[in-house]
Amino acid sequence: MLSVLGQVSGGPAVAHGKLLFRPIGPELILVGVALAVMLLDAGYPERHHATLALLSLAGLAAAAAYSLSLWSWTGPTTVLGGMVAADRFTVFFRLVILGVAALAVLLSYQYLERADEVRGEYYPLLLFATAGMTLITAAADLIVVFLALEVLSLSLYLLTGFSFRRLASAEASMKYFLLGAFSSAFFLYGIALAYGATGTTNLAGIAHGLTGQVGPLSLALAASGLLAVGFGFKVAAVPFHMWAPDAYQGAPTCVTAFMSAGTKVAAFAAFLRVFDVAFSPLIWDWKPFVWILAALTMVVGSVLAIAQSDVKRMLAYSSVAHAGFILVGVTAASHAGIQAAMFYLAVYPAMILGAFGVVMVVSGRGERGLTLSSYAGLARRSPLVAAVLALLLLSLAGIPPTAGFIAKVAVFTAAIQSGHWPLALVGVLASVVAAFFYLRVIVLMYMQEPVIAGGQREAETGFDAEPGAVGSLGFVAIAVPALLTLIFGVFPGILFGVLKSASIIRF
Amino acid sequence: MIRLPYLLFFSAVLFSAGVYGVLARRNAVLVLMSIELMLNAVNVNLVAFNAYLRDAALTGQVFALFVITVAAAEVGIGLAIVILIYRNRETINVDEVNLLKW
Amino acid sequence: MTTGYVPILILAAMAGAFAVLSLAASALLRPKHPLPAKSAPYECGIEPIRLPQSERFPVKFYVVAMLFIIFDIETIFLFPWAVAFRSLGLFGLVEMIVFIGLVFVAYVYVWQKGGLEWEKPEQARRELSARFVPLPPSVERSPGDRITREPAAVESGAG
Repeated sequence: MLSVLGQVSGGPAVAHGKLLFRPIGPELILVGVALAVMLLDAGYPERHHATLALLSLAGLAAAAAYSLSLWSWTGPTTVLGGMVAADRFTVFFRLVILGVAALAVLLSYQYLERADEVRGEYYPLLLFATAGMTLITAAADLIVVFLALEVLSLSLYLLTGFSFRRLASAEASMKYFLLGAFSSAFFLYGIALAYGATGTTNLAGIAHGLTGQVGPLSLALAASGLLAVGFGFKVAAVPFHMWAPDAYQGAPTCVTAFMSAGTKVAAFAAFLRVFDVAFSPLIWDWKPFVWILAALTMVVGSVLAIAQSDVKRMLAYSSVAHAGFILVGVTAASHAGIQAAMFYLAVYPAMILGAFGVVMVVSGRGERGLTLSSYAGLARRSPLVAAVLALLLLSLAGIPPTAGFIAKVAVFTAAIQSGHWPLALVGVLASVVAAFFYLRVIVLMYMQEPVIAGGQREAETGFDAEPGAVGSLGFVAIAVPALLTLIFGVFPGILFGVLKSASIIRF
Repeated sequence: MIRLPYLLFFSAVLFSAGVYGVLARRNAVLVLMSIELMLNAVNVNLVAFNAYLRDAALTGQVFALFVITVAAAEVGIGLAIVILIYRNRETINVDEVNLLKW
Repeated sequence: MTTGYVPILILAAMAGAFAVLSLAASALLRPKHPLPAKSAPYECGIEPIRLPQSERFPVKFYVVAMLFIIFDIETIFLFPWAVAFRSLGLFGLVEMIVFIGLVFVAYVYVWQKGGLEWEKPEQARRELSARFVPLPPSVERSPGDRITREPAAVESGAG
């Protein structure tokens, strides 16, 4: 389909010469496996849950291996008529997203088994969403940005409402859908205006068209504003964050883990590319806007998280605040800024996915035990799970020696280098506020007795003290992110070495 | 040929009507229709720009085709979700769907 | 100048001939056992009493409309392909076959999942009612209506 698009918008096929499909290989694999899983489920309704999950995992692994082989791609930087970029920036984000998806499959297997909601649609939807996320990181044309954004959003709307018999899930799905579609319309309007201003939807073409332009740029300015609003919705930046707490709370926890990590990475990858490439000539116009967005997001996200008594909601607001920290890196708009934002985007998904994974493990069958009080004395009942959660929360709070600390330092350093020290100051203050509610959970886990309400404890949370109850799959899915945050916290050089070449957006 | 500013104005009015509908309407199906209105305003814009720029690559027209298909997929999913809510709650008034609140 | 319209005329004639032929074929081949109920004017199985003004109609229509719209709109991609058919050549044809193949996969999926069945077969229905919470009787209402209900029926906020 993409190649047809490339030809129709770029003239006859002959003009392009050879069409290179290799750079979208990972997406083709993902979609192919998703279709196979879908047909397998439709053809053999006496479903084998493990088969579907394993097939999905195999697809994700194949896509990851294929992406890795693209690291040494030496062909043209954009392929298929300038629609898709083939650079290391893409490879980096693809690998992050595929890793998130693989861990999400592990979590989902356990969640669906436990909630008795095994339906075959789940894995294809997850794979389609993943394909959308990886495609958007490779998008070099606003058409592809839009299509990939819709592929991932439409799949996530459905995944959010997957436990549709739970009222909260259906409701979350509707809220997410209505606001998501609303924001897509703004995004599209921005694309249309960008096209009108420059006569192309190609990111490099837009940058080229805007560079030499003198005189009124009103169309292009309006376009960048509307696109920023659209991206702001997708990354849940204040004041466009209203959907996030509702969607994150209502969705099945395994879906929450997946989308809180995956969507943010994908949307920020596109954000970086669109604003640091296409609208780089207008940098002095969009910078103040993103500046304010970043400051508001950090402060409001951190402050509102304190008021939450539901763990999923608290983590949702924390994820809003983290969007603000990443935006600080975007605002810096320097090479260091991009690099810092990318480091953050590699570390943040591990932290938030792990945290929601622990929430899933602790809340029993059917989303119970989600209040903060049910975490009281967790360390006594299940020391290992409590330790993992404590590590992840410390990382989210940005306390050394975790990766969250390095990420925050990198982002703030880049901001100061670009002369945005007030923004860095706001960020540090917001981090201090945020540390409060993360540490509160740790204090609850380690220093308080479990609340036993008339012997209802076990029945209420469905979680008992034996580590076996966690499930080995679920444990892998929470232990791997925790380990990663520790490794990247102690040896950040590994990741920065990779980023040195990955953070160059080539055109 | 109709001059570009008229078309842009028309599209902006259409888009604003859609935004108003989303913000003011309480019925989820009407909200959905308002979103469709916004998408179609974008289509008007794209095609108008395409004609104005005399774009040989027809980017605007092709983009409009993609928007139309995506809008159809969006309506499909939107209606499915609305039906789901209705079966569960017997209402599709967005104000009454208020289980999740902070 | 008029020769440009000849293909359109031929197409129109073919479309008309197809309609006439299918009607004629079914009139000749179908079994004929007239009953009073069968001869009554057809209106979706409902006894035709008055025009549907504020009539509620089953939610199943939405499902059919939804499926129709999605498959209907997919054909939009055939138009630019048809226009550029010559310059796209064999490659375009292969691409379009792949695209149609993907739409066909979706169709097979809908079919297999029973999305095209108006009424679920009795067996599937029993299986469903065993697995799922039974739906309230008001499912057949249209989503456009407001319904008053006891506030006690709603769960209180979760946080």
